[in-house]
Amino acid sequence: MKILVCISKSPDTTSKIAFSDNNTKFDENGVQYIVNPYDEWYALVRALELKETNGGSVTIATVGGAEDDAVMRKALAIGADDAVRINAVATDAYAVALQIAEYAKSNGFDLILTGKETINYNGSQVGGMIAEALDLPFVSLASKLDVNGATASLETEIVGGVQSVEVNIPAVISCAKGMAEQRIPNMRGIMAARTKPLTVVEPAAIDTLTSFESYELPAAKSACKMIDPANMDELVELLHNEAKVI
Amino acid sequence: MSTLVYINSRNGLAKNALEAVTYGKKLGQDVVVITTGNAEDAVLAKLGEYGASKVLVDRSVTNDDSQQLTRVISKATETTGANTIVFSHDLVAKAVAPRLSVRLKAGLVAGAIAVPNGDTVKVNVFSGKAFGNVKVTSATKIISLLPNSIQPEAIGSSCAVESFDGEAGTANIKLLDTKVPEGDIPLPEAELVVSAGRGLKGPENWGMVEDLAKVLGAATACSRPVADIGWRPHHEHVGQTGVAIRPNLYIAAGISGAIQHLAGVNGSKVIVVINTDSEAPFFKAADYGIIGDAFEVLPRLTEAVKKFKSSN
Repeated sequence: MKILVCISKSPDTTSKIAFSDNNTKFDENGVQYIVNPYDEWYALVRALELKETNGGSVTIATVGGAEDDAVMRKALAIGADDAVRINAVATDAYAVALQIAEYAKSNGFDLILTGKETINYNGSQVGGMIAEALDLPFVSLASKLDVNGATASLETEIVGGVQSVEVNIPAVISCAKGMAEQRIPNMRGIMAARTKPLTVVEPAAIDTLTSFESYELPAAKSACKMIDPANMDELVELLHNEAKVI
Repeated sequence: MSTLVYINSRNGLAKNALEAVTYGKKLGQDVVVITTGNAEDAVLAKLGEYGASKVLVDRSVTNDDSQQLTRVISKATETTGANTIVFSHDLVAKAVAPRLSVRLKAGLVAGAIAVPNGDTVKVNVFSGKAFGNVKVTSATKIISLLPNSIQPEAIGSSCAVESFDGEAGTANIKLLDTKVPEGDIPLPEAELVVSAGRGLKGPENWGMVEDLAKVLGAATACSRPVADIGWRPHHEHVGQTGVAIRPNLYIAAGISGAIQHLAGVNGSKVIVVINTDSEAPFFKAADYGIIGDAFEVLPRLTEAVKKFKSSN
């Protein structure tokens, strides 16, 4: 079984979020990039587990410049067999998805996995877009994935509950909590990652459909109003008259 | 030009569906709604009150298969000549809107939180720690609106409901089983949420959380550790890895407020934090804080709400 896992970089979860160039660019000053946690913990680790049970290979792909190789090496250290970097600026979800779809088209993958979203753009877009571009079924926000022959069995989130579904592969799946547990790369993995193949592929001609014109930070929160724990009538009164939420 | 709004009407008209129609109306064009499933005409006609001029319904599609829904909405876009398609950013939209974006080559604004300002639309980014203003450069646009970002506004009267053949084709995903706990208010749609964490010491103490939720008409939620150790079901877990919510009121008892938890709730309009530890980081994100024992404060708050409800 050939599995492709889409990898995005994201700022470390504890990064300070700030913007530069008149609030039009994310300020990368002092920011450490990591493999987007959902791509890593859920999609990549589950792909490795499936390979361990069923055999096959796990390829990781990203869209980005040479500066993203470090993040790809981190993902290789966790256990992927090889990496592909499509050498283009990741301008929007559409461009990223179509670049990956273009690469996947000629490489016959049985499963294409993504994380449920990135922690920086939170769009949850790329998986569905790849599926449409390749005319494949798409199961979003799966919390369980098993493969038996040509059939994948999944559990997926629905509003307030869970659904069990089956789909024939090839298919595209976005992976959410429950799929797998985080793996910490060991020294052997880190050493091996240095020599695993990282292929750079030239991009296809793809349009960009959206752009981030500017960013803003939320207005500073006014100081928290402390209420006497013995006086919950006061809290109710404030929630009703001041905050107007009850 | 018109705006097409997709709503999921499988369980009647949910609040987030009404929000999407209201949002569509605020874009200033004629609004047509497309939906699938078996909701009765009389129910769907009520969407007219929120600004729809017509509802198209494809009754041949009864599940949420993303390929079928994409074909139906794509066909409806073609039929109506819509240049804007609006979704509510729920679990179905997260599967369908990206597909539609590729099919129509229409830029997608995922997770909009406000009506467009000029040619940009505001979205949440960095897990709620910042906002971005997105511009769509394609002729057709798709906007997926985060639930609870605007209030539904009833402005008109009921509208026509027409059967529509969206040429859905076949479903590739086979549905085996659905488990939805009965009677709960779905978290992503809830306006009021009462949440608790490890400070409650054990699942047997959740009665006081449920009591408060009940008198408020709120949904219940929990922190990640509580879901991980199995005190509460996973679908109640709010935070970065769980559900992200933006209720009007979020009451958190016995939750310290780690950055990953805040990422799931920082869109809440008002946050009340109850914690014995005055140094809990959650107080920095709170509007109202109570330094005290949840075991005493929650029942007292429940009584205070009861008293307030009976006199109002």
